Amino acid sequence: MKTADGNPSLISIRGLTKTYGHGSMAFQALKGIDLSIRRGEFVAIMGPSGSGKSTLMNLLGCLDRCTSGSYQYDGIAVESLDSVALSLLRRHALGFVFQGFNLLARTSALENVELPLLYRGYPRAKRRTMAREALALVGLPDKERNTPAEMSGGQQQRVAIARAIVTDPSTLLADEPTGNLDSVTTQEIMELIKGLNEKRGITVLMVTHEDEVAHYAKRIVHVKDGLIEKDHVKLDHSEGSSQ
Amino acid sequence: MIGMLGNAFLIALREIRRNLTRAFLTVLGVVIGVSAVITMVTLGEGTTEAVKAQISNLGSNLLMLRPGAGFGPRSGGAGVPLFTEDDVEALRDQVPGIAAIAPVRNTMMSTIYLQEARNTSITGSTIDFFSINKWSIESGRFFDERDLLNASAVCVIGTTVRKELFGGQDPIGEKIRIGKASIEVIGVLKSKGQAGMGDQDDTIVLPLTTLQRRLGGRTSSRDISQISISAEDGTDSDFLIGEITSLMRQRRNLQANQDNNFFVFDTRQIAETLSSSTRTMTALLSAVAGVSLLVGGIGIMNIMLVSVTERTREIGIRLAIGGTAREVLLQFLVEAVTLSCVGGVMGILLAYGLCTVLSSVIQVPFTFNFQINLLAFVFSAVVGVVFGFAPARRAARLDPIEALRHE
Repeated sequence: MKTADGNPSLISIRGLTKTYGHGSMAFQALKGIDLSIRRGEFVAIMGPSGSGKSTLMNLLGCLDRCTSGSYQYDGIAVESLDSVALSLLRRHALGFVFQGFNLLARTSALENVELPLLYRGYPRAKRRTMAREALALVGLPDKERNTPAEMSGGQQQRVAIARAIVTDPSTLLADEPTGNLDSVTTQEIMELIKGLNEKRGITVLMVTHEDEVAHYAKRIVHVKDGLIEKDHVKLDHSEGSSQ
Repeated sequence: MIGMLGNAFLIALREIRRNLTRAFLTVLGVVIGVSAVITMVTLGEGTTEAVKAQISNLGSNLLMLRPGAGFGPRSGGAGVPLFTEDDVEALRDQVPGIAAIAPVRNTMMSTIYLQEARNTSITGSTIDFFSINKWSIESGRFFDERDLLNASAVCVIGTTVRKELFGGQDPIGEKIRIGKASIEVIGVLKSKGQAGMGDQDDTIVLPLTTLQRRLGGRTSSRDISQISISAEDGTDSDFLIGEITSLMRQRRNLQANQDNNFFVFDTRQIAETLSSSTRTMTALLSAVAGVSLLVGGIGIMNIMLVSVTERTREIGIRLAIGGTAREVLLQFLVEAVTLSCVGGVMGILLAYGLCTVLSSVIQVPFTFNFQINLLAFVFSAVVGVVFGFAPARRAARLDPIEALRHE
């Protein structure tokens, strides 16, 4: 169901703008973005700080609302949804990975991964099975009882990835997923994300400012001053990932 | 909705479990507040009940005529004349509305039975004394007219005296030594229990004539230290006091410019004064306890505010992974309600323990007041919900991103 090619756009945005504040204090972070992303793509969004890339990411992730423009996710007009519908869309279609991991403190890896399933109302046994599978998938089958404080940054990010994919979302949104990690761990995490994209067909949207990290993606979108500056599909993808 | 509530309950319990210290501190405030309020009110009411019971033991519609100017240091004094038996007769004949009247002579004397000795309050009076003071007999009999006439060497003892002098032995027919005389015990009074004014059962009652003639010390006919009067039902005690006062002023030859050198106590007045003062005391203690409940509430708020940074991020995480604002708030609400209800129940249980221990220590009956339990419980729930929920509500209003970035 998630083949990469030949599908219509999963994400389609037109003339998206986002303004913070009012009147003379207003700041336009996004000035009109057009972007289409198909199922199964691995897109890196790059740009200097203040370029609006995080704002774009938040809008794509249905965490924030645009000021004007349209946003279609899988045929749903996201710009017209209320906050409850946005939550439900996040619950059923999206998975998030953050720079700061954002795991619940003093909570075991297994319970952290189970969290999204709780909101889906799954029974306990099903939650346990799915969470264990997700932890195994990210290579932490033996860490299910550990709390975040007992794990390294790379392990925490793996738990966060497991939490993001445990619901089998169609899109994984990663906001600087390696920003807090060293270069070796960065590679491991990026290989994991790449593998999820290739093997499970999860569409991946990733914000980063590091070229090495962006190279794992198949397509790189450069954002500058609230506009898309460059949008190119990498042909030498296999080389980039081997760096 | 049920599923959502169940889910929120599950998540909330998980949240409580992983923050046991925080949960404990939160609960502690409520526990202390609730138990303080309930304990204070329960003991306060117990005291009021005890006072009421004592007063009703004294007898209703009971007036006591005493020399002096009332309770306190100026009462009694050496120069204040006592009453005579003629005073009693005059009151009986001339004041309407008196149901019964008895002269009372009180003294302290050492009493001895075999090896046991103790100082006991000795009362000499007439037969009406028992009915006026609501004494009833436990075993044996009261003394009668003939005993009074003959100044028989008989007495009736209270249960404390029986316990102290006789232990488990049956005292009826035994002779005890009071002062210089040997007196036969003919009856035991039914217990009236401990009282704020001392142990009412630590007493020996004998005929007035016996006290006067056999136990000695009679120097004049003016030897009556108190006159006990019970009023007829429906008699206005203020009117009666007025009548008694004017007759006694006349009999004691008091001029218009002289103050009374006697005083009429009305037990109902005493009862009202005492129970109103215990009520005031209860209210005061309850107010103090209420403050501790409030402080407990502020403690909860404090803990919730301190943890709001972590909680705000938690809210951000929950919103990002697909929880709706309502679900997240419901979770916090369930959390706060659970904690304060647990605190409330623990507070009630603690109050129970405290009341049980304290009521036996200070000898006050334990009265379970359902209303105050309910009130304290509801208050604790409200405090917990308001103080626990308000910070969460503010956090849940944030955008998920803002909440996530919260440092």
